[in-house]
Amino acid sequence: MGLKSTLHNLKEKYKGTKMAPAFNAIHTFLYLPNETTHNGTHIKVADDLKRTMNTVIMAMVPCLIFGMFNAGYQHYAAFGTPVEFLSWDAFYIGLIKILPLVIVSYGVGLAIEFLFAVIKKHEVEEGYLVTGMLVPLIVPVDTPLWMLAVAVAFGVVIGKEVFGGTGMNILNPALTIRAFLFFAYPTWMSGDKVWVHGAVERANEIAAGAELDAISGETILGGLAQGKDLGYSVADMFYGFIPGSVGETSTLLILLGGLFLIFTKIGSWRIMLSSLMGALVMGLIFNGVVDAGWITESSKFYGLMSTIWWHHLLIGGFAFGTVFMATDPVTASQTNKGKWIYGFLIGFISILIRVFNPAYPEGVMLAILLMNVFAPTIDHYVVQGNVKRRMKRLKVKTA
Amino acid sequence: MSNDIKIKKGLDIKLKGAAEKATENAIISNFCTVRPEDFHSIIPKLIVKESAKVKAGEAIFYNKSNDAMLFASPVSGEVLEIVRGPKRRVDAIKIQADKEQSFKDFGTFNLESADSNAVKAHLLASGCWPFIKQRPYDVIANPDKAPKAIFISGYASAPLVADLDYVLQGKEAQLQAAVTALGKMTDGSVHVCVGKNSNSPLAGLNGITLHTVSGPHPSGNVGTQINKIDPVNKGEVVWTVNAQDLVIIGELLLTGKFNAERIVALVGSSVKKPRYFKTKIGSEVATMVYDNGVDKEGNDRIISGNVLSGKQVKPDGALDYYSNTITVIPEGDDYELFGWNKPVFNKISTSRAMTFSWLTPNKKYELDTNTNGEHRAFVMTGNYEEVFPLDIYPLQILKACMYSDLDEMEALGMYEVAPEDFALTEFVCVSKQPHQEIIRKGLDVMIKEIG
Repeated sequence: MGLKSTLHNLKEKYKGTKMAPAFNAIHTFLYLPNETTHNGTHIKVADDLKRTMNTVIMAMVPCLIFGMFNAGYQHYAAFGTPVEFLSWDAFYIGLIKILPLVIVSYGVGLAIEFLFAVIKKHEVEEGYLVTGMLVPLIVPVDTPLWMLAVAVAFGVVIGKEVFGGTGMNILNPALTIRAFLFFAYPTWMSGDKVWVHGAVERANEIAAGAELDAISGETILGGLAQGKDLGYSVADMFYGFIPGSVGETSTLLILLGGLFLIFTKIGSWRIMLSSLMGALVMGLIFNGVVDAGWITESSKFYGLMSTIWWHHLLIGGFAFGTVFMATDPVTASQTNKGKWIYGFLIGFISILIRVFNPAYPEGVMLAILLMNVFAPTIDHYVVQGNVKRRMKRLKVKTA
Repeated sequence: MSNDIKIKKGLDIKLKGAAEKATENAIISNFCTVRPEDFHSIIPKLIVKESAKVKAGEAIFYNKSNDAMLFASPVSGEVLEIVRGPKRRVDAIKIQADKEQSFKDFGTFNLESADSNAVKAHLLASGCWPFIKQRPYDVIANPDKAPKAIFISGYASAPLVADLDYVLQGKEAQLQAAVTALGKMTDGSVHVCVGKNSNSPLAGLNGITLHTVSGPHPSGNVGTQINKIDPVNKGEVVWTVNAQDLVIIGELLLTGKFNAERIVALVGSSVKKPRYFKTKIGSEVATMVYDNGVDKEGNDRIISGNVLSGKQVKPDGALDYYSNTITVIPEGDDYELFGWNKPVFNKISTSRAMTFSWLTPNKKYELDTNTNGEHRAFVMTGNYEEVFPLDIYPLQILKACMYSDLDEMEALGMYEVAPEDFALTEFVCVSKQPHQEIIRKGLDVMIKEIG
């Protein structure tokens, strides 16, 4: 007797009431439920959706912790007082800036999930556990909390709940949230200041008449789009000592997370690999265009087009998007063949948008959202292949 | 058409409690229960009344939509009770078995001279017809429609099930008679699949097309074999018969007796002495399970059939009409602290998400009936395909069944499948969806709408 039986009695008490889904969500968080099989298979695998989602979160935790260090590191570097990367000073800035993002993301998102579960009388599904973790990792560190809260509310309600909740949505909810942020608050979000903590504030002070040096908070992509030099070494880009959204900078840790997801069979290696190939192909094409001399250095596309093809994998959010967001099983293609096509086009279009969109030099978000929309179409044609084979078999018989 | 079928996609679920190859005679059950629900989609019309006397093989009810199709009593005795459910539906017919069994004599059947219609009439009249099932729809075969082929699986790959090589030993004569009779009813072949490197008595029969199968479950499912040998197209029908039921059909043809005797494997981790028993269709499971180490007070699940597709029965329940396995496993109706995120070593998983069954591929597990999670919407993709060898998209066909789109169900291959083909996808389903139930309901909609 103890917690287990107390909770069991409470569960029986709440059964059938409005609060049952909310209570069960917390109860099943503590205890795997006592549910047994009835019809069909009498035994089941050990995995459930909670375990699956939890595995994805585990893969993202290193990125989150790295992001906290990096936020402070970039802040001090930009303000001219560099500190060691693995220092308490760096981590402290990250902690006080990023932890609130995590709390707001989970708080607002889960509150809406619970609300919908209670209203629609279904169980609280686990989809938001991953979304809630993704969101703080893909926004700039200086995102105001109120904006984040509004965006999360929009993304969860319009991106997911209106379609029927977890498993039914067409667009990746985390990307819907990010897209909302970027299109609803473009002056704030797409500038070159928001990526380093303090840069926006400093710019405002200067505008107000303070005599201070301006701080650049630019990402590499932002710089390249304006025709500037790379400015960072390949090693810096690979390890992630660059400005950018909270969790997207360290290609190394994302790679490790991706390998972990492939090893645990939770993430689709087909999508990750084909997306990688798509990006490399597009990068090579652009390099070819530059080599052939079809565009000159005066072109506004020159900076990004001439970026060495495989560098595209290291900069911006490409790696993070490919590993953690393109692979979302609900919004990706669902057939294995479809996954190859879907992934390849994500990589291909990411780099295309990256190069050709001057206002918004990161393509992976739009590429994934676009392919989310086309994923059912890809699946349809893949499945039609199977259907046609069956029809042909019938025709051969009757002929 | 391949004579050597290799299945790559699938999963062998290794469980504790496989039957030792020794056969005992079960205590003769005093009661025999026939449940019309075993014969899916058949509406029974009773022939006998309570307290009537019947012989083994005598008809107790017939099919409402085809009154030539009779269903026989497996034993001789007195009809004790007709259990009815809502709307006077017949739930079960309980027969008290005589101490001395007497059989209705159908006479020896002259196989040489018989034609298709004679065989059909004989099987229908003797209650052997229900052993013949058909695809599409996985129901008892319609005698008016000739099948393009007949399929018999002589290889059992489901977890813990009775080894067909063992239970069919010495039954060659009956098997041959049954196969010859079946062969007369089709213009196509009688396809028989046996395990590779097995010494199945089926392999030596005449008048069959023999195939060997190898690979993980569901290689032994007849649905898998049909899909690889000669898939069902729209408008076509194939028949399937369980290998063990051939023995009953064969004995009827040779001796004129409907002898519902069957060798049944009693298996599962809750059974102390798992082994084979000679018993009859409809016997109470209690006559076997409690004498063999299943704890009477224990919290166990008794299943007539295998752990993947069998039916849950109560201790006073009966062996169903088609099963040759009784499985007893522990119930899992308990909570587990942080069961969703802690590392798992004692359960099977196809992922490696802090589950470690991939480290010990040969370990035998003791699984209980816990669902290991709650029912959710479909989220994960690609994991069904790994255990589903049919040339069909499992997730898509399941969804088509859920929204009852008949055109789509037909196009995706609904005529080829039976619920048991989706047992493994149901087992591995992260969202704990009831795949077999979804497919069964989908097939029922098709019967109703298309027929």
